[in-house]
Amino acid sequence: MPSREAIIDAPASEAAAAQHHASHPGTSNLGDRLFNSTLWILGAMILVVAGLIVLNLAVAARPLAKDHSLWGFITETQWDPVEDRFGALTFLYGTLVTSMVSLILAVPVAIGLSLFITQFAPPKLGRVLTMPVELLAAIPSVVYGLWGLFIVVPWLRASVEPWLGKHLGWIPLFQGPPIGLGYLASSMILAVMILPTIVAVSVEVMKTTPEATREAALALGATKWEAVMMTVIPYSRAGIVGAVLLGLGRALGETMAVTMVIGNSPQISASLFAAGYSLPAVIANEFAEATSSVHVAALAGLGLILFATTFLLNAGARVLVNAVQRGPRRVSG
Amino acid sequence: MSPAPAVQIMPPEKPVPMVSAPQQQPPLAPEPETPFKVEVQDLNVYFRANHAIRHVTLGVKPQTVLAVIGPSGCGKSTFIRALNRMHDLVPGARVEGRVFVDGEDLYARGIDPVLLRRRVGMVFQRPNPFPTMSIYENVAAGLTLNGIGGNHAEIVEHCLRQAALWDEVKDRLRHAGTSLSGGQQQRLCIARALAVEPEVLLMDEPASALDPIATAKIEELIHELKEKYTIVIVTHSMQQAARVSDNTAFFYLGELIEMGPTAQIFTNPRERRTEDYVTGKFG
Amino acid sequence: MNLHSSFTYRKVVDRGMALVCALFFALAFIPLLSVLWLVISKGAAGLSWSFFTQLPKPVGEVGGGVGNALLGTLFMVGLACLIGLPLGVGAGVFLAEKGDGTVGRSVRFMAEVLSGVPSIVVGIVAYALVVIPMGHFSAIAGGVALAILMIPTLARATEELVRVVPASLREASLALGVANWRTSIRVVIRTAMSGIVTACLLAVARAAGETAPLLFTALNNQYWNTDPRQPTASLTVAIFNYAISPYDDWHAKAWTAALVLLIVVGLLNIASRVLTRSRLKGAR
Repeated sequence: MPSREAIIDAPASEAAAAQHHASHPGTSNLGDRLFNSTLWILGAMILVVAGLIVLNLAVAARPLAKDHSLWGFITETQWDPVEDRFGALTFLYGTLVTSMVSLILAVPVAIGLSLFITQFAPPKLGRVLTMPVELLAAIPSVVYGLWGLFIVVPWLRASVEPWLGKHLGWIPLFQGPPIGLGYLASSMILAVMILPTIVAVSVEVMKTTPEATREAALALGATKWEAVMMTVIPYSRAGIVGAVLLGLGRALGETMAVTMVIGNSPQISASLFAAGYSLPAVIANEFAEATSSVHVAALAGLGLILFATTFLLNAGARVLVNAVQRGPRRVSG
Repeated sequence: MSPAPAVQIMPPEKPVPMVSAPQQQPPLAPEPETPFKVEVQDLNVYFRANHAIRHVTLGVKPQTVLAVIGPSGCGKSTFIRALNRMHDLVPGARVEGRVFVDGEDLYARGIDPVLLRRRVGMVFQRPNPFPTMSIYENVAAGLTLNGIGGNHAEIVEHCLRQAALWDEVKDRLRHAGTSLSGGQQQRLCIARALAVEPEVLLMDEPASALDPIATAKIEELIHELKEKYTIVIVTHSMQQAARVSDNTAFFYLGELIEMGPTAQIFTNPRERRTEDYVTGKFG
Repeated sequence: MNLHSSFTYRKVVDRGMALVCALFFALAFIPLLSVLWLVISKGAAGLSWSFFTQLPKPVGEVGGGVGNALLGTLFMVGLACLIGLPLGVGAGVFLAEKGDGTVGRSVRFMAEVLSGVPSIVVGIVAYALVVIPMGHFSAIAGGVALAILMIPTLARATEELVRVVPASLREASLALGVANWRTSIRVVIRTAMSGIVTACLLAVARAAGETAPLLFTALNNQYWNTDPRQPTASLTVAIFNYAISPYDDWHAKAWTAALVLLIVVGLLNIASRVLTRSRLKGAR
């Protein structure tokens, strides 16, 4: 907690405006002081929450540090609560594979969709067009899990995986028995779930492309598509990368839908058809039943890895997105 | 050139508000007949490094209208916003000098800008009624927002009558303030400003967003309000200044170039720059 | 130079890519319609009055409902609102009013980054923060987890809404001799209020749909519970448990419970949209 004085003094130092009249006694002053200090405390709460998250994760994961090094923890594949052996590699692998495949599936669709909304569709429809994307974002993840478990998984098992195995079976990714549950199912559902995130942010950054630049390209005889490639894409590239990173962060941390369709089998397989496990899924499945303190600590350790990764990803993404969105302001002012 | 070329010393026998050089402080011993209602001495306003208002000194007599004219960017608005300390809220803004209302320095220590603004009301360029409030609530806002409860019906009616709006809105006082036309909204804002019983009314281009008919109504209103209030109005329209004001001050690049009776400023200005401006050579 | 044919080629590329983009747009509808259609068609059959009012019954017995889970969700979301709404909205007002300095910028950045923290991680935090000290799972722990999830998103949404209030309104109020704090509360925040309510409704909808942070904070409960210190059932955890069970009967219940959840979330979203519209009309 910052000290009380710091909280109260800071606004005064910022409003350098009225420095020398800032501290007049008067009827309004007490109320203003009270209001300002309340606001500063409320703002500081965000930092407190951030601190609480880090602190509690660290405390919960501490017992693990006794006989596990960080490197050992993330490179060990064995996860055996009975024997107190905890290695995170299997889960890291599952999380990474499903997230990456979901990005491969979602990013082209998301960018095409964002271009359609911002560039090709009639501008009047803009608000209406984002509706389905917003609806996708509003569906709770457990409902996606339910849908994935009873609709997507059987469909993959019956149609998609046999077909892929038949035609692309020479690639190790598409080998093995089609069981439905597994990396591919998780990736597909994650792709649907991260689509709204990527689209929402991409649309925002694409909208910041100065209209004049695009019109200039069109005036030079470029077709609409060429104008997009010449202006919108370069202008918003960093922001789109940021949007993708935000989507990746969401995919890494998504719990319920993945838990329900990944198969929950702690193994590392090259094939996307195989069942696997992910970081959030193992936390969701084992945390409530973990009895030994080391087991809880190991799960909290997984949570800490997840937190650190998503934190860095989000921070990087925000820097990129904010830079693009600030762009035009810098030009005009 | 003299060290303060922008400032003009006017002969003391002139009955109009005076302009004097900053060096001559204290230049304005209260005159026996009518002291100034608003008196500005060597006023400077800075926005960070930008010196926006330079050494302005002038006075306004009670129950008169002072029009402030000048090309855009000359500091007209900045000037009148210094008269009720609206710059206190702008980060990086700094005000130097003195502004007296009834002989009391607004920038002295111990003056609460909040209380001061109840004495010096303001009407803005664009009508800005509170969108969440009805017509009635808008007029009473200065009272209710200040925590003064009770029944304000009489004050509301009185102020709406003063703002020449009563007859148009008396049957729909509970409608949204924003449901009125632009001109009506501006008169609503005037009524709102009057409800806290100010002595001085500042108007920052009050008709610039209005059509000619609405503008005419506002100007008529200013004539009536002059009976009770001291008014400083910024306007970009010289015709408007000529129609509504007793005295006119011409600002250019943050300096007060010339001030005098309106008729004289428009027909027989002393300064070349004033003449160029009023005859349309620039601006 | 074959200018003409190259132009034709460019035209084809242009049309083709526009078509691809439109196709991608259509593609996004497939999962949306599929989810909505299946939840409605598979869930509607199980809807009955008793589904909303009764306790779950053991496998094999007919009937039974998710009444306790529905109540538990309402209860925990309510608890989350008690903590999360004031803190989230308050932090947002801070960002809008004081957020231009170094502290403000870092708070804003932190809020943005925190809004991407996985909900399961927040579950662990609430576990360490509430469950361990209390010694057992509880509705409070679930409420705290949901509140932590609400705060950053709500703060950013509130900030945007307060910032779009025209500065002229603040000036008008100040010029009436109204103190800064009264102006902030009774004019600026008041004007942004309907938008803030909308943002709160969306935050509530999001909280009601959360599952992961409840799994090991509120856990579950087979019975009615209104004691905030006891484990509590929730609609989302009920859906999860029914779905991963091996019984067809429970699968059907999962779909019906999902339909109920979608209706709750949908109503909150619609309510927020209606509010948005009325706000725009009022603001000219």
